[in-house]
Formats: sequence, C-alpha cells, structure tokens
Amino acid sequence: MKQRRAYRSYVSYIDRSREYYSAQGYSQPYSWACHDDAPFVPLKKPLSRCRVGMVTTAGKMNAEVEKEGRRKVKELYAMESNPAPTRMFTADLFWDKVATHTDDVDSFLPLNRLAEYAAGGRIGSVSPRFYGVPTDYSQGKTSLRDAPKILEWCREDGVDAMLLSAL
Amino acid sequence: MSLVSRHLEENGVPTVILGSARDIVEECGVARFVFTDFPLGNPCGKPWDAEMQRSIVGTALDLLEKAWIARTTVQTPFRWGDDKWRDDFMKVDASNREALARAGEERRRLQAEAKKRK
Repeated sequence: MKQRRAYRSYVSYIDRSREYYSAQGYSQPYSWACHDDAPFVPLKKPLSRCRVGMVTTAGKMNAEVEKEGRRKVKELYAMESNPAPTRMFTADLFWDKVATHTDDVDSFLPLNRLAEYAAGGRIGSVSPRFYGVPTDYSQGKTSLRDAPKILEWCREDGVDAMLLSAL
Repeated sequence: MSLVSRHLEENGVPTVILGSARDIVEECGVARFVFTDFPLGNPCGKPWDAEMQRSIVGTALDLLEKAWIARTTVQTPFRWGDDKWRDDFMKVDASNREALARAGEERRRLQAEAKKRK
C-alpha cells in the first residue's frame, strides 16, 4: 500500500537509545561500531554441500540462571545443536519485552528450521554445535576475545557458512 | 554480533546476519544482512510461526548463494501487525521525561553504593 511519510519507517536504535539514555542523565552517548569498508567472501562450494552454523546473543538456560533470574557472567559458549534447545535465557538482553516474547527459541535461534533445510538437501548439514556470544558494551572484548574464539570453534566443527542472529 | 560476522568474513567464513536493528548492523558494515522490520526479539520470524521462520532462514540461505558484494541487505516482506511498538520502545516524551530522569539518578546512586561496597 502506497503511503507518504516525513520520516523513515524503521526504528533507528542508535537515535532512540541515545535519546533515552540522555533523558536519564547520561550525557556521554554510546559510540557504535562504524566502518567504511566491509569484508566479504563468497561460498567456496555449493550450499547443498556446506555445513552451516549459527551464532546467537542469547544465553544458556541452567538451574542457577533460572533460580537467580539473571546471569552473573555473560559467557561465550558452544552448545549442541541437536536436539535444539527449547529455552534460552534472554531476560538481560536488549529487546522489546512489551511488544513480544522469546518463548519460541526458533524465533531468534532457528536451529529446527535449519535442520529442516538440511533434511531437504538445501544445505549439507547443520553444525553439531551453535555458539553463544554475549552482547558486550566493550567492542574490544567482542573483537579481540569473542570473535577469534567463535572462529576457532567454527574451524573445529568444519563450518562452511554462518548465520548470526542478534535479538 | 556484526563485529563477529566481520571477523569470520576476514578469515574466510561467509556469513549472514539476521536482525531487526537495521541502523546498528548497517553502520557497522557486514557482508550480508537479512532485515525483518519487527520489534527487537524475533529477528527470525514471529514466535510459533514456523512457515515465516522457514521463509526468513531460506532468505538468508539464498543470500549466501546470491550476494556478490558486501553490505547486501535484503528486507523480508513481513509486517508485525500494528505499528504501536515503533513509538513505544524507549519512548521519551513529556509523559515520562521526569520519571526517566529520576530512574537515571536512582541507578547511578545504586551503582555508586555498589562500588563503595567493593
């Protein structure tokens, strides 16, 4: 349906979060990562022969997290993809807790959907593990600590291509 | 997440980001991005809607095969329904400005107390 608007329709989270925290008295806005360039590599073989992995920002659910209702430490982890987890910890992440929920893991970590594509032959296989990366305030930690570890796990598991889903 | 994607690409692993925060991902600069214009939380499709999720994951797989250049963004055709969430999320206006200022002060007070206890 054709419409006219004097503003962009999608939400700018950079603008929105800056104004929100400014209203709370935080005068120094967060500086988001920004690059002029972007690296790009093509698939090295047909997708039907590729092992595809997944990365999520959600945390592992365990007894302690369940009891405390929070994570003491947001840790990097690798976890079995099969069977796909039915619950993940998302309460401490930045998402719209009024408009929606994260009760269906496939809505943010679609391992079951990916397994269906593997069963149908669209991809070769799903990586035996998926990887969890904490959303860290420190971009240095993400680049220097988390990203190299994910790459290492990727190589251990023979991952040919990766889907990364941020809540 | 975009930084992890960049690192993988730099080291030879093709990637696709699935997300709903368009500006954050595009400012960072990634190889391939499947954007679904939903409230943050369900970037891979509405909860319990397996068909939509399959379509969004399928779009990501298509992009792995078909994108030929960095910063390729594809927007999926799905709509959330009502658009109220767009204005409500992290809203700042006359109705809550004072409450937000108080909440910020309280948070800083608690953080300062916690720091003293350490």
